[in-house]
Amino acid sequence: MSHLRVRLLTLAACAIVALAATRASAQVADHQYTSADIEAGSRLYANQCALCHGPNGDGINGVDLRRGVFRRSVSDDDLARVISTGIAAAGMPSFRFQPVELTAVLAFIRAGFDPSGTAVKVGTPGRGQALFAGKGACASCHRVKGAGPRTAPDLSDIGAIRTPSTLQRSLVNPTSAMLPINKPVRAVTKSGTTIRGRRLNEDTYTVQLIDDQERLVSLIKADLREYEVGKTSPMPPATAVLSSGEIADVLAYLLTLKGGL
Amino acid sequence: MRYSTGLAEARHYASRHVPRWTSVVSGVVSGFSRTTTFALAFAATLAIGTMTLMAQGSAVTYTRILNAAAEPQNWLTYNGTYNSQRYSTLAQVTPANVTKLEPKWVLQNQVFGAWQSNPIVVDGVMYLTERPNDVMAVDAKTGRMFWLYRWTPSPDSRVCCGANNRGVAILGDTLFMGTLDGHLIAIDAKNGKPLWNVTVADVKLAYSITLAPLIIKDKVVVGVGGGEFGIRGFIAAFDPKTGKEAWRFNAVPGPGEKGHESWQGDAWKSGGGSVWVTGSYDPALNLTYWGIGNPGPDWNPFQRPGDNLYTDSVVALDADTGELKWHFQFTPNDGYDYDSVQIPVLADLTWKGTPTKVLMWANRNGYFYVLDRATGKFLLGEPFVKVNWSSGLDANGRPIQTRQPAGMATYPGNQGGTNWYPPSFSPRTGLFYFSAWENYGTIYHPEDATYQPGRNFSGGGFTVATPVPGAPSIGIGRRGPINNWTDEVGNGAVMAMDPHTGKPKWKVTQFDVTDGGMLTTASDLLFTGGREGYFHALDARTGALLWKTNLGGQIVMAPVTFQVDGQQYVSVIAGSAMFTFGLRDN
Repeated sequence: MSHLRVRLLTLAACAIVALAATRASAQVADHQYTSADIEAGSRLYANQCALCHGPNGDGINGVDLRRGVFRRSVSDDDLARVISTGIAAAGMPSFRFQPVELTAVLAFIRAGFDPSGTAVKVGTPGRGQALFAGKGACASCHRVKGAGPRTAPDLSDIGAIRTPSTLQRSLVNPTSAMLPINKPVRAVTKSGTTIRGRRLNEDTYTVQLIDDQERLVSLIKADLREYEVGKTSPMPPATAVLSSGEIADVLAYLLTLKGGL
Repeated sequence: MRYSTGLAEARHYASRHVPRWTSVVSGVVSGFSRTTTFALAFAATLAIGTMTLMAQGSAVTYTRILNAAAEPQNWLTYNGTYNSQRYSTLAQVTPANVTKLEPKWVLQNQVFGAWQSNPIVVDGVMYLTERPNDVMAVDAKTGRMFWLYRWTPSPDSRVCCGANNRGVAILGDTLFMGTLDGHLIAIDAKNGKPLWNVTVADVKLAYSITLAPLIIKDKVVVGVGGGEFGIRGFIAAFDPKTGKEAWRFNAVPGPGEKGHESWQGDAWKSGGGSVWVTGSYDPALNLTYWGIGNPGPDWNPFQRPGDNLYTDSVVALDADTGELKWHFQFTPNDGYDYDSVQIPVLADLTWKGTPTKVLMWANRNGYFYVLDRATGKFLLGEPFVKVNWSSGLDANGRPIQTRQPAGMATYPGNQGGTNWYPPSFSPRTGLFYFSAWENYGTIYHPEDATYQPGRNFSGGGFTVATPVPGAPSIGIGRRGPINNWTDEVGNGAVMAMDPHTGKPKWKVTQFDVTDGGMLTTASDLLFTGGREGYFHALDARTGALLWKTNLGGQIVMAPVTFQVDGQQYVSVIAGSAMFTFGLRDN
């Protein structure tokens, strides 16, 4: 039993909530949803949900459907209820889906918006974990579950927020998969100090980053002499050090990292 | 003119007590003239200004709205004045002292959700709505509430993009609010009690009203939303005393109506044409101008061949009868959801040497237009952002459409080069100011849609073009505090358009996109904000940043300005709160 499950069972004020969560997890684990469900759900989502929730499911503040972040819902039953009855105060209408349609939408949400499923080779997580720490040297920049450096993105929940195919792309060709926000930045202050780090947030007047000393730094652009957003990922392609079989193992390990702490 | 705090507070105290005192002398004179008379005498004995109290006794007549520019201390109608310039002659706040602005009061939203409302201000009282359909009367000087009216819309209400309400209109002592479930409600402005409540359109067919009504003479004019649900849109006028419908203009013409030939088969029945932003009015021409929304289904133009009038058009209607005088269609047979729900901004310009009554329009489709508003004649049209759905406009302003291949991004994207956010025109600078989204494209996936009453009828979907697969992208509503899509997916800009050239005289870019509306003043200040939560005062002539403050929440509505007791205020909604600024006392 995972830490999450233990915590839910012991901490949840409402036993019903905990039971519902357990049931929801079991559904996914049992592969109750078929790829046909997911495919049908993707079409329903695009037609009925994407206008407000956005193509990536993060269009509503505090909700990220693709990553399983909801305001109120825990279980699939919760989600089904919200979809069917709406949330008048939040402006979410009720949707009159047929049961099979509702199942499809839930399948698509629970599948992380990945209608194509896993088209990439997934190896053995245990071997991947060893490669991550050893030969692959991933752990020399990435942090997982509280261990490792923070200069590169923390991967503790990467398996929950990325699809297998995008993870594969990140491993093989990091620059082509680098999210814009994660890009390395270089700034030179008016006093001549150079700051390098990974971008965390930016607006018109400021930029926030974690620098190569793992300090959280917020800079006012007007105070900078130079400011530059890098175009290439500092991560070397995994192909430089790992075989394709080993990459499949690392991928399998990454997919086990579901966060949830 | 400014007063010392002590005097102002004394007068304010007095104003609150006038009604009670008048009740003591009831029977001497009647109605509001009684209040006015007494207030005058009372104020005179204190030898202080009397404008506020005098004005508060008088109802908001049509004549007052017509001449709203002459009482800049108030904001009497959605767009400030009938020409919708959102330009105020108030000039206490200037480029020289704007850095002395400070928050005077903050009003926290009482309900959940993004807040697109536009307040009106009448003689020291602000009337403001919040979602879903609450109306508040607030002391414009302190932010304290006099009353709250709450309408709970039917659970059948369906709105595609948020349970918004953009504000009320006032005529006499009555407020008018459209509701999410398609009602029009008249509310007593003094006590917040409903006076009448009529059904404008059927909520079960997903009609809604989110715009602020427009008063014209003795009529209350509204339009209906629901363009993603296969409605057939319309604009209708109602008797402000009874709620009886006076006229109706069908935004999608039926058999026998002019423009019906632009539809084939039964497509018109679910043809969309929503109307969700308040129009404008030219009293000399007696024409009222309204923008019409997208055709339905949104993203599948192949399913509804023809121009699909009057979707994505501006219509000029006789204000007394609703009769169509002219129309101009910006995007025929639209496949991109380019609602023309921007605000028609009216101005009298010298156009190529000739005095001309024009209408200016920065359209969601990425083009800026100038039309002759007497005739609808096309005068100018220029793209203000990257446009690839069209290669240009012909001599009559009709776009030459260049549909992109499947899977390729269309610019501007689904949310458009601009959208419903109110623009402003300053007659002093001659510039037209609006928020634009630059470098923002979307990929459309049209699909056949089957109309089912009250259900989504969008005809496919769209995805936002991103630099790498799966990267975060811009949503249509609020976002969290981290801009994780970055300017690589789109950025915002404040554009100062020269209407004579169709080129921006200047623009100020923002890292994130912006849904901020505009306000200009006679001191050549431009107030606006954006999704990043900054509230800016720019030099309207140059775009120079004069002052900014971080309000910590998305600014999606235009600021308004008004004056109470000699102090100019500027109010703006950011996130879940309204902030009201004024100059520091010293």
